[in-house]
Amino acid sequence: MTTITTAGPASAGPASASTGPLHAVDPVAVVARTRPRTTITETVSQTLIMAWRALKKMRRNMEQFFDVTIQPLLFTAMFAYLFGGAISGNVHSYLPLLIPGIVAQTVLTTCMSTGVNLREDMEKGVFDRFKAMPISRIAPLAGPMVADLVRYLIAAGLTIVTGVIIGYRPGGGVLGVLGAMVLAIFTGWALAWIFTWIGTIARSARAVQGMSMMILFPLTFLSNAFVPVTSLPGWLAAFVKINRSRTWCPPRVAWPIRASSAARPAGRCSRAWS
Amino acid sequence: MTATAAVDAAGLVKTFGRLRAVDGIDLHVRQGEIFGVLGPNGAGKTTALRMLATLLPIDAGQARVFGVDVTREPHRVRQLIGITGQYASVDEDLTATENLWMFGRLQGLRSADARAAAKRLLAQFDLEEAADKPIAQFSGGMRRRLDLAASLITRPPLIFLDEPTTGLDPRTRGQMWDTIRGLVTEGCTVLLTTQYLDEADQLAGRIAVIDRGRKVAEGTPDELKASVGNSTLQIQLAEGADQELAGQIVRKIAGAEPVLTPESGRMNVPLDTADRAGDVLIGFRQSGVAITSVSVDKPTLDEVFFAITGHGADAEDDADRPGTGTSEAGAGHETVLEVQ
Repeated sequence: MTTITTAGPASAGPASASTGPLHAVDPVAVVARTRPRTTITETVSQTLIMAWRALKKMRRNMEQFFDVTIQPLLFTAMFAYLFGGAISGNVHSYLPLLIPGIVAQTVLTTCMSTGVNLREDMEKGVFDRFKAMPISRIAPLAGPMVADLVRYLIAAGLTIVTGVIIGYRPGGGVLGVLGAMVLAIFTGWALAWIFTWIGTIARSARAVQGMSMMILFPLTFLSNAFVPVTSLPGWLAAFVKINRSRTWCPPRVAWPIRASSAARPAGRCSRAWS
Repeated sequence: MTATAAVDAAGLVKTFGRLRAVDGIDLHVRQGEIFGVLGPNGAGKTTALRMLATLLPIDAGQARVFGVDVTREPHRVRQLIGITGQYASVDEDLTATENLWMFGRLQGLRSADARAAAKRLLAQFDLEEAADKPIAQFSGGMRRRLDLAASLITRPPLIFLDEPTTGLDPRTRGQMWDTIRGLVTEGCTVLLTTQYLDEADQLAGRIAVIDRGRKVAEGTPDELKASVGNSTLQIQLAEGADQELAGQIVRKIAGAEPVLTPESGRMNVPLDTADRAGDVLIGFRQSGVAITSVSVDKPTLDEVFFAITGHGADAEDDADRPGTGTSEAGAGHETVLEVQ
C-alpha cells in the first residue's frame, strides 16, 4: 500500500520504511502499481481525514461557531419574549411551539454555512491539490459535512437548553428530546447536501450566502414554525399548509398534522419535542 | 531511458469562451529530464499544465503521462504526478507537519509512515524549525518549499512546477533551483513553467517556448539563445533621424538585425559575444552617429520572443496575483508591440 520504498536493511526500527535512504523513483514500478479508481474503504478513510482537517480548522477559527452558539441563544430568548404574549398569550405556552421551530431554523442556518464554508475552501489553493491527488472526488466535500455534525449538535442542543432555562418542559422526556435532536440533525445533514451543491456551482461565497438565504428565509418563516396557521390569510395559509411540516419534516411524519386540531398546529412532529 | 515518455501530448486545445488559451500544443517530455515551458503571462503555460495534471478537462487533442491517458484514466495519472503551482498549495490553517501528514494519509500512507515521511521532507527542505508553526508565519521561500514538499510525499515520478520561483528573492531562488535539480537525481521527471529565460536556461535540458496558446519554438537552451545571441547591446540614439544609418552600421559590423523602437530612438542589437559591442560603438563614432546611453545585457525573454515571433513579450506583469488557471488566460494577450 505504501508508496514509499525502503532501501536496505541498515536503518533499524519500525519507521525505517521512510526514514532510511530512499531508492530512486522507478516510474515503471509506479505505473504498474496504479489503480483505476478508489475503493469504498479508501473513500471512507479519506472522508474521515478530510473531516479531521475540517475539525482542526474549526478549532483554529472559533468565530465559525458564532452562528451555532449565539444564534440559538439569541433567537430563542428574543422570539420567546417578543412574540410569546402576542401569539400564545404568554411566553410559557409559546415555548412548545417556538423551540422546535428554532431548532429547525438553526439547523437550517447551519446547513447554509456548510455551503458557504465549502465555497471559501474551494477558492483556496489547497483545493487544487486535492483535485490533483488520487483521492475520492467526494471526500473533500463529504469530510467537512461529517465534521459539521458537531455544529448541528451544538446548534440543536443549545436551543433546547436555552428553552429549558426559559421554562420549556418537553413532554417527550429525555428520550423524546434526544430523538428529536437526532431527527433534526439527520434532516439538516441531509439538506446540507443541497447547500454543498450550491457551494460547488456558485461563483463566490457571497453568492452562496445570497442564494441560500433566498431558499431558507421563506421556507422557515412561511410555515407554522413560529405562528399558528389559523392566524394567516387564506393564500398564505395554503402555502404554509404545503410547507407546514416545519420544512424539514419527512412527509410521513408531517401527514398526521392534518388530523391534529388547529390548537396543536405542530402536530405529531412537535409531539416528539413537547 | 528508452521507456515511454513522461509526457506525450499532441494537439492540446483549451478554449475559454472565444479565447483559445491553448491552441494545439504538442509536448514530449522524456523520462528523467527537466523540461521547461517558457512564455509570458497569458501565453497558456499554466492552462496547458493544468490540463496535463487533470485539473482542467482537455477540449481537444490527447495527452499521456507515462503511457496513461489523461482524459480516460485521470485517477491513475494522479498517482503518477505531483503538482506545485502558483495556486496549488497547502492548507493555511494547519501546521507544516499536519499538512504533510494529511497529504500522506490521503494518498494511502499509514499514519506512522505519513508522520515519518513528513519528518524526512521537513528535514530535507530545511523546515524542521517551522514544523509546528502556522503557515501564516512562513516566508515566501519557506512557503514554496513546503508546497514542493507536499507534492513529493508519495514520491511521484513526474513533478509539475508552475512558476516555482516567481516572486522569490534571488537567494531563495537559487536554493529552489538546487532542490529542483536534486529531484532529477532521484529519478523524477520535472515539467516546469517559467517566464524567466535564465531560469529555463539554468534548469531545463529542453525548452518549449509558448506564445498565445501555441508552441513557437523548442530546443535546448543553447539552441534557443543562439537565435538571439548571447548578449544584447542597448543603445539610445541622440537623434531619431540617425536610425536608418545606425541600422546599416549594425548590420555591417555585427551582422545582426537591430530591434528598433522608433518613437524613443532606442535600438537593441543581439550579439554573439559582448566584445562585439565595442566594434559597433566605434562604427557609430566613425559615422558620426551620436548616442546618449549604452548598455550590454544578457538577452531577455522579450528578445527571445522578438527573435522567434516577431513581437515582444509583456513579461513585466507580476504573476503573484491570486486566481485560478483561467485568470492567466483571461489576463489575455496584452502583448506590447514596441516595434513593428
